[in-house]
Amino acid sequence: MDVHWTEYLPPLLEGAWVTIRLTVFSTLLGAILAFAAGVGRLSRNAALRAVSVAYIEVFRGTSLLVQLFWLYFALPLAGQAVGLDLRIPPVIAGILALSLNIGAYGAEVVRGAIQSVHTGQHEAALALNFTPRQTLARVTIPQAIPEMMPSFGNLAVQNLKDTALVSLISLGDMTFRAEQIRNFTQDSVTVYSMLLAMYFGMALVLTAMMRGIEHSVGRWRPVRS
Amino acid sequence: MLFGFEWDLSSPLAFAVSILPMLLTGMWVTIQAAVLGFALALVLGLVWAVLKAAPLRIIAWPAAVVTEFLRDTPLLVQLFFLYYVLPEYGIVLPAFMTGALALGLQYSAYTAEVYRAGLQAVPRGQHEAALALNLTPARKFTHIVVPQAIPRIVPAMGNYLVSIMKDVPVLSVVTVLEMLNVARIIGDRTFDYLIPLSMVGAIYLVMTLIASAGVRALDTYLPKEGIPLK
Amino acid sequence: MSDPIIRFDNVVKRFGDHTVLDRLNFTVNRGEKVTIIGPSGSGKSTVLRILMTLEGIEGGVVHVGGEPLWHEADGVTPASEAHLRRKRAEMGMVFQQFNLFPHMTVLRNITEAPVRVLGLPKAEAKARAEELLELVGLTEHMAKFPHQLSGGQQQRVAIARALAMRPSILLFDEPTSALDPELVGEVLGVIRRLAEEHDLTMLLVTHEMRFAREVSDRVVFFDQGRIREEGAPEEIFTDPSEERTREFLKTTLEPSSP
Repeated sequence: MDVHWTEYLPPLLEGAWVTIRLTVFSTLLGAILAFAAGVGRLSRNAALRAVSVAYIEVFRGTSLLVQLFWLYFALPLAGQAVGLDLRIPPVIAGILALSLNIGAYGAEVVRGAIQSVHTGQHEAALALNFTPRQTLARVTIPQAIPEMMPSFGNLAVQNLKDTALVSLISLGDMTFRAEQIRNFTQDSVTVYSMLLAMYFGMALVLTAMMRGIEHSVGRWRPVRS
Repeated sequence: MLFGFEWDLSSPLAFAVSILPMLLTGMWVTIQAAVLGFALALVLGLVWAVLKAAPLRIIAWPAAVVTEFLRDTPLLVQLFFLYYVLPEYGIVLPAFMTGALALGLQYSAYTAEVYRAGLQAVPRGQHEAALALNLTPARKFTHIVVPQAIPRIVPAMGNYLVSIMKDVPVLSVVTVLEMLNVARIIGDRTFDYLIPLSMVGAIYLVMTLIASAGVRALDTYLPKEGIPLK
Repeated sequence: MSDPIIRFDNVVKRFGDHTVLDRLNFTVNRGEKVTIIGPSGSGKSTVLRILMTLEGIEGGVVHVGGEPLWHEADGVTPASEAHLRRKRAEMGMVFQQFNLFPHMTVLRNITEAPVRVLGLPKAEAKARAEELLELVGLTEHMAKFPHQLSGGQQQRVAIARALAMRPSILLFDEPTSALDPELVGEVLGVIRRLAEEHDLTMLLVTHEMRFAREVSDRVVFFDQGRIREEGAPEEIFTDPSEERTREFLKTTLEPSSP
């Protein structure tokens, strides 16, 4: 079959838009989960700590593809067993799996960054009679954020790459479109080369964006003597 | 029936017990793929690290682009590429080998960085002392730099082995019968995905907890000062 | 006296835009004990690091034992590695941060280079190490690793390590600056004994003025990459001719003056 490579572009770009949206939504949701679990893990409340640890360990300890398949194939059956309709559309399963997974990794980054804030800062906040909540929100987290940014940048790229897996639950992302084209044309070299190049380009743009954010929060960086 | 084992649908517990041997057969494939991919990543990563450190920019720069590319593109797509494109050039590998190769390629970009960071973390003063004592560059590398870099490199590599293990399920898309694929086949045939998929999750959790504990033990066991030379 | 063992001719050293050594001329005679003093950033340590070939130069010639380290010809051409190895073999260096090999025992730290570089049989290298450890008073710590020793002890091991190569020149780069005050004495004691009992050529960079006065044949005051003043210790410390030297000595000898 003789199809010019430019004819692959419209479907691939359509898929790219899905990939982009998946990446953005799941990264944002993942960041929220990361903060919640990362702060939760350091909480003085034992129950909150236990929930955070369990979440982090389960999602870091198992494979993303297992998590995705479990949400898509097993969750509805689990719901059935208890009389609930837990069937979820592929796009929700995809976003959930991606953000739960990246959130667990992000939580460890958040925890590490918070712990890296110098104890002198806590002592100063205590001396000024800040409440623990104020200390966290006004002293610790603003200083921890710049510390997290490089790792968050890596996680965002990791998340972009991970979105390819949703093609396996027939979500029409970039990889899914490429697979369709390959099935149809058998032109594997061209279509996969294009696909790889597109992911590479997106990753470079994403990295640049994360660097930009890193740069703009850099002013919070703790003063080094 | 799968791998010569029969499933028992009489009760959820009986089902779980009856499919465990099948999943464990898949787990063995998972471990083999992870170890082979890891071995490839260790070797290839060393090659990248050496090339990237080359003083000639014409060597170092392409190596940097290749590793960046490997790091920035999805394992799944790299796997598809190898699986469908290699045969067009007459290279026909078993699916398992293609899968291990894809894992090795993707992770070589990460291991290259581990080597680089580990070697660079050896303080400058150590290089200066070795030079002042006139040790040859080869001797300096094998007896001063490497023994001090190992305690940094080995645990980081161990963590990547754990990561590779968690990426093995991707190989199911090219028919490798690793643990997740086994669970899916059981699900497809019995219409029960909940038990096999949950069991895969649980087995993964146990595997990674054990492996991570192993890495931590290795980390504490290796002296921070370096591999002792008496 | 014969030719100087160390000679800097118009040596220029820059780090980027910053000129560290500005056409430096400087000599050390065989067996001489010379101390370099001066404000930090004046290029004192750079002199030692250039001698040990840890740093290159941008102009001029450095002679060690009558031979140049690098040759001057349209800029500075590097000498062959073999030549540099031969030149380095004439020198030993003691670093500010000790730079002991943390993964090697004290004994191995001292014997590694004699065995591997000089080709000494292990037994002979060990005998030499034991002799040197006795000199620095650490015989009983032979089997320990550096992190099991105090800073002062580590630096004494580093001195033994440098001596084990039987250098004719020993370079000390602020050997006590990284030490707690109470550990300085033991290291200076060892250096003083070396200065008194051996015909080694010694070049020291230090902030220990009283010590410099006691052990040196000659004191050199460095300022902004050049030698401002040099002479016998009595001269420099009691009656410096340069205003800058006086100022410097005033601030270092009375550090707590308001």
